[in-house]
Amino acid sequence: MAIAQLARRGASHLMPAVMIGFCAFVVFGPLTNLFLWAFAEKWFFPARYPTEFGFDFWARVFRPRAGAWTSLFNSVWIALATVALSMALAVPAGYALARLRLPARALIMLIFLLPQAFPSLPIFVNIAQMFYGLGLNGTYTGVVLVHSLPGLVYAVWIATAAFSAVDRTMEEAARNLGAALLRTFWDITLPQAFPGLVAASIFVFLDSIDEFTGTFFVGTPDITTLPILMFNASMGGNYQIAAITALILLIPSIGFMLVIERFLKADVLSRIGR
Amino acid sequence: MSTVHAPPSPLRGMLPGLLLIAPALLAIALLYVVPLARSVIFAFVDAEGGLTTAHLRTAIELYGRDLIFTVLVTLGSLALISVISIAIAGYLTLGATPWAVTALRWLYRWPLFIPFIVAGQTARSFLARNGLMNGLLIDSGLMDPALAQSLLDWRGLVLTFAWKQVPFVTLLLAGAMASVDRSTIEAARNMGAGRLRCLLQIVLPQVRGTLLVGLILSLVTILSVLSVPLMVIAGNPTMMTAMMAHRVTYYGDYAVANALGLFSYLITAVAAYVYLRMTLSQHKEGVR
Repeated sequence: MAIAQLARRGASHLMPAVMIGFCAFVVFGPLTNLFLWAFAEKWFFPARYPTEFGFDFWARVFRPRAGAWTSLFNSVWIALATVALSMALAVPAGYALARLRLPARALIMLIFLLPQAFPSLPIFVNIAQMFYGLGLNGTYTGVVLVHSLPGLVYAVWIATAAFSAVDRTMEEAARNLGAALLRTFWDITLPQAFPGLVAASIFVFLDSIDEFTGTFFVGTPDITTLPILMFNASMGGNYQIAAITALILLIPSIGFMLVIERFLKADVLSRIGR
Repeated sequence: MSTVHAPPSPLRGMLPGLLLIAPALLAIALLYVVPLARSVIFAFVDAEGGLTTAHLRTAIELYGRDLIFTVLVTLGSLALISVISIAIAGYLTLGATPWAVTALRWLYRWPLFIPFIVAGQTARSFLARNGLMNGLLIDSGLMDPALAQSLLDWRGLVLTFAWKQVPFVTLLLAGAMASVDRSTIEAARNMGAGRLRCLLQIVLPQVRGTLLVGLILSLVTILSVLSVPLMVIAGNPTMMTAMMAHRVTYYGDYAVANALGLFSYLITAVAAYVYLRMTLSQHKEGVR
């Protein structure tokens, strides 16, 4: 009896186990593949798995003047500049959208939504053509500007939500006690909105680090970021270098996503788009 | 952040707000509205500045097959995304095995954090004829080595797009399903409805709007991504994004690229129209 019961209970867990196993294969199979390529010294047809593992290609990628360091620095600097530009524009805009009287506020919010609502490739193509005339193609300024388009959209939406989540009564109390508006903003509003603004910065940073299409049209061949380096390596058939670059690209994405829940609180999240 | 100037008073008119928002609006105008207008206008303007439909005709003539291919791949991806997302979100909401629900919740999000370009690279090596997927399937005895084939065609595109977008749509759906009134589900369960029936007839109709929003955002993403088609498939036919890039980088032909872009706007507009009609009819039902 007990055995039959145990068997029945086991069977009821079998289906979920098979399903979870399948999901794990689908999610982690391709990623395992990336790891194998990154550490494969030799992997030629018809071998199904690498025949030799090692760090040879890592040394080759990170050799001075190999291009990987330049791309890494390019990517990080461009992302930091994109964050600075996007936030400098989005913080005042977010505050105004959350707190101040504006004509056609809904229309303004819609304008900041549009870039996400239509296919962006024709936009990048035309930005590239405009920048060509302005001599911005292949410059850091050009790439930062093109990265700031998606960046600004995220930043404005999250910043607006962050400012609307700030408790108004505390601001009013500070004002009643005689604090000037600038001081109220600096001492009361900004600290409370800060986690949301950090979350916005993280989104902008990640988006810029991973950006391919805009850089492809505006930056290449003069400016190589990590995604461009990866793309070129992959198209050149150099799967080891592509896999190593891909792993480097995954570090900020997964790292930031693990901490983002700390910055993006539910009260801010629920106000996005209002 | 120190560039912020606090306005004198929110009630003293709209000037302070406008001043604060003007720089961001100007940036969006220059980086988005102007390129958008250009992309539409220059699809119809010839070299002398006159109006023409020649670019549109060239686009259809040369890339008609790619247009159809794009539509089919997109529809295929969206169908796969909906089926899998509904299944996962449904299991997260109605699943009976707690450990499996927890494991699935942890598992399904991963691809969300992975950039498209990385997804393209993994697909390129994972789905190839002698890639890791076939290798594992052959070694586990699930596949005959002679049957191994490359999935780097439309199937690779559909699988890669679904792999990237399923977590996003599932995240939205699972959130919406969690806020569905539990008592209706319990009532249906008590009346003897199975879990699948519960999901399809009770839960799904209530979260249809969220599913549609997720699918439209996925559609826009699929029509915008350049790296995946460039990396996953070679040759013809391919996605319109790859063709636009090809037209610009090899021929410097912005006009035909813009004409192609117009078709991607058109596809999005059709989807938006379908969405509006569906939500409006839902509203009418609600009023009745």
